[in-house]
Amino acid sequence: MDKVYSSVEEAIADIPDGATIAIGGFFTAGVPRFLLRALIAKGVKNLTLACGCGPLVGAPEELAQLVKNKQLKRVIDSYGLYRSASKGAKDPFEQAVRAGEIELRIYPMGTLAERYRAAAAGIPAFYTPTGVGSVVEDELISNIEEKRKKKERRNILGKRYVLEYALPPHFAFVHAYIGDRLGNLRYRGTARNFNPIMAAAAGVTIAEVENLVEPGEIAPDDIHTPGIYVKRVVKVPRATFAITID
Amino acid sequence: MKFEGLSREMIALRASREIPDGSYVNLGIGIPTLISNWIEGRDVILQSEIGMLMTGSLAFGENVDQDLINASCQPVTALPGSAYFDIVESFSMIRGGRMDVVVMGALQVDETGDYAGWANPARGLMGVGNIGGSMDLAVGAKKLLITMEHVTNGGQPKIVKELTYPATTEGKVDMIFTDLAVIEVTPQGLLLREIFPGLTPQDVQSVTEPKLIISPDMKEIEL
Repeated sequence: MDKVYSSVEEAIADIPDGATIAIGGFFTAGVPRFLLRALIAKGVKNLTLACGCGPLVGAPEELAQLVKNKQLKRVIDSYGLYRSASKGAKDPFEQAVRAGEIELRIYPMGTLAERYRAAAAGIPAFYTPTGVGSVVEDELISNIEEKRKKKERRNILGKRYVLEYALPPHFAFVHAYIGDRLGNLRYRGTARNFNPIMAAAAGVTIAEVENLVEPGEIAPDDIHTPGIYVKRVVKVPRATFAITID
Repeated sequence: MKFEGLSREMIALRASREIPDGSYVNLGIGIPTLISNWIEGRDVILQSEIGMLMTGSLAFGENVDQDLINASCQPVTALPGSAYFDIVESFSMIRGGRMDVVVMGALQVDETGDYAGWANPARGLMGVGNIGGSMDLAVGAKKLLITMEHVTNGGQPKIVKELTYPATTEGKVDMIFTDLAVIEVTPQGLLLREIFPGLTPQDVQSVTEPKLIISPDMKEIEL
């Protein structure tokens, strides 16, 4: 079962317009930038990018290009905008969000993590205490007013909880430090973050790996993402980039 | 109205004293992150929601590793005994109540311990903003401390009767550390416990919206 593709372009060749793609990474750490660049080159449109914590803020050149090409319909994230208002005012993504040209849906980070986990585990929805006492328990947070759907609440053993739904993406782009031909993956440091749970949640998971090895070279005890979750593996260089979101 | 008070570093130092030895701690962006400078060598373990325990000091120059950042996107070092894990594990710790102390910045805190930190409506973002891990951290924290400037850049109180900014959580804040005062949130209201040297309780009250209860053993902030 050899899952290796020869290029990022080949690995994403069947992604259609309108796809929902989970994007791994947390700010600059563990972002699948080569797969994002292939997505830009392919030019597919009307995309929903389902993120966890600002992988697009951490890949500003790629985000700017996606916005410029008008490829994005929607971004889902917990931290999708620059912290600094002055920098945000110059950011093409923030401008598109302000103008309502791209929808931005915001969730608490742990709720997003659990939405992917639920999708991975075959659970349709769950109750969480996170967001109770804020607008999160009332309605979906979106820059587009018509999308602010009301949420369900429930008292369980005397405490208030909010119902959140599983988030199953069509595709996931993940970045791993090592992968083998069977799709077994190992991440490095804090570049792990959302990558394993997105790999498990998506219909088709595509992994870019800095090091491609033969089956058996990653010890079974050392595998973070078992290959069953990964459909495609593609070798990419180790990129160097600026570590900053300021 | 603005008074001179503690620097951001000194607010962080004072807040660091409220963290008991043996604590697992998560520090938010801004002044809270500065606390890491004051707990080096202490028996306190920092969790970073990106997926790390035993986070060390910030990394510079040759020690920077692009696969090793904290949740504020700063390069960090790993102390002996560090562990890395994925985001589901990280928020199981956070939401599941393993954080002994969480320290966050805030735009506003009210007298019942609600606080606002994720969105500034004045920025004009059509109702969206950056929540990040703040709501999970607030809901799961055994003890929630807020560090912030006492007033806005424009001199408006940030400790208010009722939040006018979107809330992060309700009724969770335990203590507030500002450049001017240390305030405890109690069921009776806000208890003024410590004050910047040279100020009077009336000075602090003049830049605080809700009525402050002056602690019988109120003292000057000691660093």
